[in-house]
Amino acid sequence: MPVLNIREALNQALREEMIRDEKVFLLGEDIGLYDGSFKVTRGLYKEFGERRVLDTPIAEEIIVGTAIGAAMAGLRPVAEMMTVNFILVAIDQVVNAAAHIHYMFGGGVKVPLVIRAPGGGGHQLGAQHSHSHENWFAHVPGLKVVAPGTPADAKGMLKAAIRDDNPVMFIENEGTYGVKGDVPEGEHLVPLDRNEIKREGDDLTICAYSRMLVVAMDAARDLEADGISAEVVDMRALRPLDMGPALESVRKTGRVITVEEGWRSFGVGAEIASRIYEEAFDDLDAPVARLGSAEVPTPYNKRLEKITFPGKADVVVTARALLGRN
Amino acid sequence: MKTEPRAAATGKDGLSESELLGLYREMLLIRRFEEKTAEMYQMAKIGGFCHLNIGEEAAIVGTISALRAADYVYSNYREHGHALAKGVEARAVMAELYGKETGTSKGRGGSMHLFSAEHRFHGGYAIVGEALPIAVGTGYAIVYQDKPEVVMSIFGDGATNIGAFHESLNVAKLWKLPIVFVCINNQYGMGTAVSRASAVSEIWKKACAYDMTGERVDGMDVLAVRAVTDRLVSQARERREPSLLECVTYRYKGHSMSDPDTYRQKEEIKEWQGRDAILSLGNHLKQLKLAGDQDLERIDQEVTAEVEEAVKFAEESPEPDPRQLYRYVYADEEAG
Ligand SMILES: Cc1ncc(C[n+]2csc(CCOP(=O)(O)OP(=O)(O)O)c2C)c(N)n1
Ligand SMILES: [Mg+2]
Repeated sequence: MPVLNIREALNQALREEMIRDEKVFLLGEDIGLYDGSFKVTRGLYKEFGERRVLDTPIAEEIIVGTAIGAAMAGLRPVAEMMTVNFILVAIDQVVNAAAHIHYMFGGGVKVPLVIRAPGGGGHQLGAQHSHSHENWFAHVPGLKVVAPGTPADAKGMLKAAIRDDNPVMFIENEGTYGVKGDVPEGEHLVPLDRNEIKREGDDLTICAYSRMLVVAMDAARDLEADGISAEVVDMRALRPLDMGPALESVRKTGRVITVEEGWRSFGVGAEIASRIYEEAFDDLDAPVARLGSAEVPTPYNKRLEKITFPGKADVVVTARALLGRN
Repeated sequence: MKTEPRAAATGKDGLSESELLGLYREMLLIRRFEEKTAEMYQMAKIGGFCHLNIGEEAAIVGTISALRAADYVYSNYREHGHALAKGVEARAVMAELYGKETGTSKGRGGSMHLFSAEHRFHGGYAIVGEALPIAVGTGYAIVYQDKPEVVMSIFGDGATNIGAFHESLNVAKLWKLPIVFVCINNQYGMGTAVSRASAVSEIWKKACAYDMTGERVDGMDVLAVRAVTDRLVSQARERREPSLLECVTYRYKGHSMSDPDTYRQKEEIKEWQGRDAILSLGNHLKQLKLAGDQDLERIDQEVTAEVEEAVKFAEESPEPDPRQLYRYVYADEEAG
């Protein structure tokens, strides 16, 4: 199987879907002539032209609104937000419009669109370019929210998102574009509502997604060397939230850590923990441990930034503590 | 571009006798529908916010009647009349106000969220300015698929001060989209007069910033509105030249049914009512000998009966099934 990084896998998914369906078009800031801020759309403008790879002004509300209106008239737009931080300018279009239109108009029209948005920090970009907001969108009925952490899932979920009849928030991470892995060629679809055990283990469960999946897998390898067998559940499907694999894992291990890159309060880990308490309370041997960003606007200073986000060492320490090994 | 409202139309304006009578009928239907809506609202048959079109009939009918069936309309929350003018049945609109399963949005939307894919009435949106970027997207889809259709995006004077308005006009011109932006300038956004909210009180002038055709028309004169809209629709359809049309009009009633209307002078309201568009067109039709008092009376009886029938339909229609609460959250869950 070919080895690609996530950037290449996403590019391949976009290209394949554009070839497959004439109704698919891309829009966003500097995605065309400039080839994309993170080069995910590299080469597509040259191949498909400006009608299908539409460079927009720096006007997020127009990007999302245009995607909605085009979707309502039969197209399948894929909008790129340069980073997820900028979508806050367009949050009305995402929440009040895209998410609600199908319902508030009694099913009279579908809104099949994808909004790709890279988030995450760790690049010394400070408070306005480093955040993760997937929980904001996962809160909203009518949206689907996914956050893959491997190249194969990035390709398969993006293709599935483009074919889905609902608005899908496709959360990428600036720190994972270079992550490599096997990617099936051609038709490869990963369902938007299925989470997956990415690594089996018996002693504890780590629930993570996107860049934190990479961190969790690294931590699991270190723990292994330490005689601790960690199971890693990829929570790539955030809304609808597929709890199946996580619950199955918890029933086996009795101990859970959730890891997210964003702030913990009202976050993804809070939701996962609640569902575990509701569904598998009796299987737990310890309270759910939640890891996330320190609750600060991301600082610029390298040392401060480093201690802001959860890393491998935090997962390892938390795992050992959960097992009484510290 | 015109700085002054166009003079009241005289003569036949290129419209046939049946078209002229059709405009009269449509305006009167909206008037009677809205009067009935107010009555039913007061009887608590209708809930939520409810914004009436009374006074704005000429602006609504003059613009929307210039469209074809395949053209799209995007609107705001003051849209009962916009839906009617685009051909949505009065009974489906009234049933929606009642929250019934037979309503345009199956009772899930209400007064502010009417919708009909069949009539290409692409919805009422209750966030000021929100529908303009969406109308832009439909305009892009039309160009993308090389269709001969046009989008009409209708909003209030208040919406021209929000960012989405400016972003929309900019790209509509930049991308050459077939859109007519229609501002129903009824002088107020809730209780705030245009001059207290907008640095530029003549809204048509805002088109200049985007090198776009801007027009201002007397929104109490349906023939004048229709004449200018015809021109703007055809430039959109034929040359993909978007435009901004300001219809200068007035709402006779409060902002919504719950507005005690303390910020306007009674004389001001009376003055505008003295220029009532329905009365004016009626007189015009009589002058041209296209209709007599009895004809106008008969039209009134017909539209009144249509509205009565709509109420009866709404009253007798079923409520949505509570077991269907989650239906329509996602498109794929349609089946149940
Ligand atoms: C973004 C936003 N802010 C505030 C409101 C509350 N609101 C509803 S209608 C309205 C006035 C809008 O005035 P205008 O655009 O002139 O339309 P009109 O009601 O006069 O038809 C306001 C402030 C809203 N719906 N959306
Ligand atoms: Mg107004």
